[in-house]
Amino acid sequence: MTTPAIETHDLTRSFRIRGRGPLTAVDGLTVSIAPGEAVGYIGANGAGKSTTIKMLCGILVPTSGAVRTVGLDPVAKRRALAARIGVVFGQRTQLWWDLPVGESFGLLAAIHRMPRPAARARIDALVGDLDMEDYLATPVRQLSLGQRMRAEIAAALIHSPDLLILDEPTIGLDVLSKQRLREFLIRERAERGTTLLLTTHDMGDVQRLCDRILLVDHGRLAYDGTLDGLSATVGAGRVLVLDLDAPGPDLVAIPGTRHLASEGGGLRQRLAYDAAHTSLGAVLSAVGEVRGVRDVAVEEPDIEDVVRRVYQRSAAGELGRAADATD
Amino acid sequence: MVDRMPTATAYAAVLRSRVRAQASYPIPFAVDLLAALVVGVLEFAEIWVLFHRAGVLGGLDIRGVLLVFGLAEFAFSIADLVVGHMDRLPDYLRAGTLDMFYLRPQSILAQLMTSEISLKRLSRVLFGGGAIVVALRLNAIHWTTARAGMLALTLVCAPILYGALFVLAAGLQFHLLDGREFTNAFVYGGRYAATQPASVWPTSLVAGFAFLIPVAFTAYLPAMVLLGHPGGGWLPAGLAWALPLATLWSVALAAAGWRNGIRHYQGGGG
Amino acid sequence: MRANVLDPGAPRGGAVRPYWLLLRAGFRSQAAYPLAAAAGMFTNAVFGVLKATVLTAAAAAAGGSLAGYSGGQLLAYVWVSQAMIGFVAAMGTAEIGERIRTGDVATDFTRPLDVQGAHLAADLGRSFFSVLPRGLPCLAIGALVTGMTLPAAAAPYVLGAVSLLLATVLSFLCRYAVAILGFWLVDTRGLATFYTVLSGFFMGLSLPVSAFPSWLRTIAHATPFPSVMASPVDVLIGRLTGPDAIRAIAVQAAWVVGIGLLGRVLTARGRRTLEVQGG
Repeated sequence: MTTPAIETHDLTRSFRIRGRGPLTAVDGLTVSIAPGEAVGYIGANGAGKSTTIKMLCGILVPTSGAVRTVGLDPVAKRRALAARIGVVFGQRTQLWWDLPVGESFGLLAAIHRMPRPAARARIDALVGDLDMEDYLATPVRQLSLGQRMRAEIAAALIHSPDLLILDEPTIGLDVLSKQRLREFLIRERAERGTTLLLTTHDMGDVQRLCDRILLVDHGRLAYDGTLDGLSATVGAGRVLVLDLDAPGPDLVAIPGTRHLASEGGGLRQRLAYDAAHTSLGAVLSAVGEVRGVRDVAVEEPDIEDVVRRVYQRSAAGELGRAADATD
Repeated sequence: MVDRMPTATAYAAVLRSRVRAQASYPIPFAVDLLAALVVGVLEFAEIWVLFHRAGVLGGLDIRGVLLVFGLAEFAFSIADLVVGHMDRLPDYLRAGTLDMFYLRPQSILAQLMTSEISLKRLSRVLFGGGAIVVALRLNAIHWTTARAGMLALTLVCAPILYGALFVLAAGLQFHLLDGREFTNAFVYGGRYAATQPASVWPTSLVAGFAFLIPVAFTAYLPAMVLLGHPGGGWLPAGLAWALPLATLWSVALAAAGWRNGIRHYQGGGG
Repeated sequence: MRANVLDPGAPRGGAVRPYWLLLRAGFRSQAAYPLAAAAGMFTNAVFGVLKATVLTAAAAAAGGSLAGYSGGQLLAYVWVSQAMIGFVAAMGTAEIGERIRTGDVATDFTRPLDVQGAHLAADLGRSFFSVLPRGLPCLAIGALVTGMTLPAAAAPYVLGAVSLLLATVLSFLCRYAVAILGFWLVDTRGLATFYTVLSGFFMGLSLPVSAFPSWLRTIAHATPFPSVMASPVDVLIGRLTGPDAIRAIAVQAAWVVGIGLLGRVLTARGRRTLEVQGG
């Protein structure tokens, strides 16, 4: 029986807020994440994601309930834990603001007491994989956002942690930088089997990187399962935007799709479809039989939109069944 | 020992980066050094004007008070140079710097203490040291082993005592946040009090600045021993030998305040 | 009560209203931090006790009075000056310095307001707020802990109020003139530290300027700083009365005009710098 990478039982954290009474940021959270899993931890702003992460790292003490990170009590065993996890908080830096990036890496290796040759090899590998050779001598404060995020992730991985926690790693990055970062994380996990816990607002991150999703709402677990299961539950399909050659009636009878909206008298129409049940090709040929298509675009589902729909369902009391059905 | 090594390595890098940063902007750094020096000079000017009017105050003349001033200035400036950044703890909390320290296998306090150094305070350390040297010459001190020992003890203990005040202030600021200026009352107020001839203090100030926050031990009392002055009232010169005790007390106060602050941060803040 | 000649249809007070709103906004911005005000007051009071003690001892050593201040007057000087620290922002800087550094100042110039006047209004708002949580409690603590001698007549208080108002305006104008140098200097923070330290000493924050040796007093009076603190305190505690008080107020007013004009010239030049460099 292996120790879970993360295990919480009825984990609860409330804050006293002056003049407003207590606020429960995390409410009875019970989850278990096995070593090697890649988990997306999603929810609206203020849903309790950061509070959970702080408890996992030993920064905050739970109000009640239990938490074990890589089998350790995070508060009591903070130093032992620090050696086994790597954490990136999207908005904060663990690097030394006015030191060159390379020197920051050397320092972190020393702080984690890595033997010099091992540190050298690991840093070189990370620098190569993340394509950081060009700016190793640049002070951190002069890096672009994309460069800095790569450096932050390398910094969190120098000591080869068993568990990597990333809080909004791709926020503000351009498409190419996001892509490179995701590819790196996939390779790194394939090589080392590192467990990944990721919070994000980017559906692409979840789709590319995670096999499992935890969705929190007001501190409570609202969904635990796969992305496909989540999409099936709340209909979080992609949206096909069709530019047709002439105005016409709404396309309401295309199999596997749902008509969302029309513009310009039906010149541009939006259809929702679920990749689990139909394919883009099938949809396009079905449309082609009745209308001429000039251009198409596919919009990814917006994570906020998915979350909103889950929340609506959970308010309606359908949640328990939906989550069970997808396990 | 093994545990301290990484902190020492990191500190060496912080020191190098500060020196390098200051070397690449020599003019702003020179301005900062000069500004810090002017602070010291004007603080002494205030005392000088007072003694110019009063002649002798609390049994001390201007030469005697120069020694008190020098000892206080030297010790405080060293503490300010090394750990003075700690009384900006709310800034560190806002920037999330402290959360990052949790992710490394060293003590939070050691990491915070070694995360910054204010080299611009060097000019005040030198000014304080200079004042001590001049005062020792002007006062024609009758040197004995005990007096030399007292001076050595003061030069070692007093900076630690002030450093403890900065740590205590940081510990309290976990609770105070917006009200961080409360701690100025005993950190900067303590430094100000330390340069005064403490023999003129009423009981309330003796209780506050000789025993609770024992800054009278950093300059006034040792100066009494060096000058062969009996001291006065609640503060006889012989009490100066309790400086190590006063330092221990301050360190204990700082440790308790810091631990309490950290517990508050993990338990109620965030 | 003069009608607006250029635009008789404009509602009266329309031009003043934005400044009034800025003043209120400055007031409210401070009201959001009651703990900060309490902390400032506490620290001012602790320093007050220390200064009162040593000055009283110095007066006793000098034969009962110091530079013409009686014991009670000295205590009044210490407590009124400590209570004024927040009101004249003796340790403060001007917000415009930070706005120049970040480039936000460009938006100030796009508004149909006088930049110096707008910043003055907000600064006065902050000053007025400090009276209740910082100034008055500090005075009350002084009265309770050491006591002080305050004038019995009404005139010092009336003249003192005028003098205090001029002092806070002058303090702002000086801080503004220093901060606006940021248009030409890379980093004004070192300069700001210099300013705080030197102005604090020469305004009489640590000791009454009248107690300085004459050569140092001459230097002090060549600067605007005594008008920021020493003069209003001396007027208020009745050390300067009658023609002396009027003269002190006239000197304050002259500095307000002089430093105010200097600030305006620098603002106009700075604006041109901004236009040339494109922000």
